[in-house]
Amino acid sequence: MTKRFALGIFDDEDVLLHAVENVREAGVKIYEVFTPFPIHGMDDALGIERSRLPIAAFFFGLTGLCFALWLQIYTLGFDWPMIIGGKPHIALPAFIPVSFELTVLFCCHGMVITFYTISKLYPRWKTPVLDVRSTDDKFVVAIEVNENTDMTKLTQLLRDNGASEVNQKEMSKF
Amino acid sequence: MATLTHQESVTAEYLEVTPGTRKNFMLIIVAGVVLLAIGIIMSMMGIGAAHHEGAAAAHGAAHGAAEHHGSAPWLKRLIVSLWHNNVFFTGVAAIGTVFVAIQYVAYAGWSVLIKRVAEALSAWLIPGLVIMIVVFGISYFTHDIFHWTLPGIMEKGNANYDEIIAGKSGFLNLPFYIARMVIFLGLWAFFTKRLRDLSLAEDLNGGTEYFHKSINVSALFLVIFAVSSPIAAWDWVMSIDTHWFSTMFGWYIFASWWVSGLAAITLCTILLKQAGYLQWVKEGHLHDLGKFMFGFSIFWTYVWFSQFMLIWYANLPEESVYFNQRLGGFDGQYTWMFFGNLLINFVFPFLVLMTRDAKRQMIMMKIVSIAILVGHWSDFYLAIMPGTMKAGNGFVIEIGVALIFLGAFLTLMTNRLAQASLVPVHHPFLDESVHHTT
Repeated sequence: MTKRFALGIFDDEDVLLHAVENVREAGVKIYEVFTPFPIHGMDDALGIERSRLPIAAFFFGLTGLCFALWLQIYTLGFDWPMIIGGKPHIALPAFIPVSFELTVLFCCHGMVITFYTISKLYPRWKTPVLDVRSTDDKFVVAIEVNENTDMTKLTQLLRDNGASEVNQKEMSKF
Repeated sequence: MATLTHQESVTAEYLEVTPGTRKNFMLIIVAGVVLLAIGIIMSMMGIGAAHHEGAAAAHGAAHGAAEHHGSAPWLKRLIVSLWHNNVFFTGVAAIGTVFVAIQYVAYAGWSVLIKRVAEALSAWLIPGLVIMIVVFGISYFTHDIFHWTLPGIMEKGNANYDEIIAGKSGFLNLPFYIARMVIFLGLWAFFTKRLRDLSLAEDLNGGTEYFHKSINVSALFLVIFAVSSPIAAWDWVMSIDTHWFSTMFGWYIFASWWVSGLAAITLCTILLKQAGYLQWVKEGHLHDLGKFMFGFSIFWTYVWFSQFMLIWYANLPEESVYFNQRLGGFDGQYTWMFFGNLLINFVFPFLVLMTRDAKRQMIMMKIVSIAILVGHWSDFYLAIMPGTMKAGNGFVIEIGVALIFLGAFLTLMTNRLAQASLVPVHHPFLDESVHHTT
C-alpha cells in the first residue's frame, strides 16, 4: 500500500526535540522521526510507550532453559547414561553452566530476530528510506498525510518550529 | 521530561545530624551491648550453642594431639565475632572509596550527586585498622581465630607440628602478616584521605584541576586495591581454614564486599532522601544503583558457583572439606545458612530487582539493600564460623557485636557526611548528574 508523507527536515537536535513537542501539542500525529544518532528524551517527546520486548525475551529464555534441561537430562540421564567422576547421571550442579548458556543464547537470538522483524529491518530487495540525509547530518520528522490534509498549514507549523525545509514523498511497502 | 537546557541552580546542602539521630545510633549500640551481655551469660551457662568440647572432639579427629582448646567458649565467640564484623565493616568501608575511584576513572557523571555518601562510607577505615590489629594481637596469643598461630606448629619435632601449615610459613608468619595488614589498610586509608581532600578542595576553589588529579589518584588506587584486596581476603578469611585453599577466594570476598558496599550506598542515599536531603537525586539515580546491585548480586553468585562447582566436581578431599563442613558437617549446623545464603543473596535480589519499576521505587530498593547487607554479613559468618567455632557457633553474641559495630559505623559515617556539603558543588559533571535520566 502506498503512503504519502510530509517530511520536516531539521538541522539541530535541540530544535527538533522542541519541534516534536510543539507539533504533537498542535494535534498532529507524527509517524516517525529519523535521526543519525539516538537523541535523549526523544522517546518521551514522541510519547512512545515502553517496549514489550523484555516479555518476549523472558519467554525465549524460558524456552532455552527448558531445551537445555531436556537435552541434558534426556541424553545423560536416559538415552545414554554414563558415569562421570562418580556423580549421579542427572547431576544438576553440573548442568547449570550449559543451562545458563542456552538460556542466554535463545534469549538474545530471539530478541534480535524479534526486534528486526517488528522494526522491519530484515533483509529486503529494496529498503525504503524517506530521506537518505537522515543517515548523515539531517533530522527528519515524517508525518503521514492524505488528500484531506491541509498541507499549507502543516508546512507552516513545521517551518515555525524550525524546519529548514518541508518535502513530500510517497512510499510503497513502508 | 528531559530537556537539554537547565534552569535550576544547584546549591550546597548540609546534613544536620540531629540529637535524635545520634540518640538512635547510641540506642543501636546499647542494644548491641545488652545482646552481647545476654549472649555471654547464656554461653557461660551453656545454653544457646552446642558445647565446645564436642566441637573440639569433632575437629580433633583430623589433628589428634595437635588440637588446641583456646579460650572459654564465650570469649572465643566474642573474639571471633569481633574479627568477623570488623572484616565485614572494614571491607564495606573500603568499597566507598573504590566506588568513588571507579566513577572517576570511568568519567561517570551520573553518580556525582551520591559521591559524598560513598566518601562518607570510608570513615570506618582507620578504626577498622586499629580494631583489626588489636583483635589479631589478642587472637595471636589465644589462638582463637587462626590455627596457624599455634606455637610450634611450623617447627619439626614439635607436638603441634603440621607439615602442610609449615609449608605455608613463608606467607603466614607474624611479621609479614602484620605488615600486609598495616600496609593494605594504611594504603586504602591514605587514598581515601587523598581523594577526600581533593574533593573538599574542589568544593572551595572550583576548577577542573582537582578532577584530573582525582582521576590519577583513583587509577593508582584501583590498581593497588585490585592487588591488595584478594591478598587481604586470603589473610583475613581464607587463612582461618589454613589447610584449605581456593583460587577463586579473593574475588569471592571482593564480590561480597562490593555488593554490600553498593547496598550500603543505596540504603544511605534513600534514607537521606527520605529525611529531606539530596533533592536532586531522582528515580534515574536509584535505577542505576539498582542495576548495580542486581548485576553484582549475580556476579557474586557467579563467583560463588564457579568456586563450588569445580570443588564439587573434582571432589578432592583437601578441597571439598570446606563445603563438607558447611553443607552437612557438625550435624548439619550450617546447612540452612548455606542454602539461605544463596536465597537471600541471589534469588531474592534477582527476582525482586528484575523489573525496571522495582529499581525505581524507594521501598523496593530499601528492602533489597537491607536484605543484601544482612545476606552478606551472613556470608562472612559462613566463611569464618565453621573454621573457628566448629559446632560451637551461636547468634546472640554475634548479632550483639554486629549492632555495636553498626552503631559506631553509622556515627562515624554521619559525622563525615555532615562535615561537607552533600552536593559536590564544583564537580565538573554535577550538571550531568542533576539531569540524569535512564
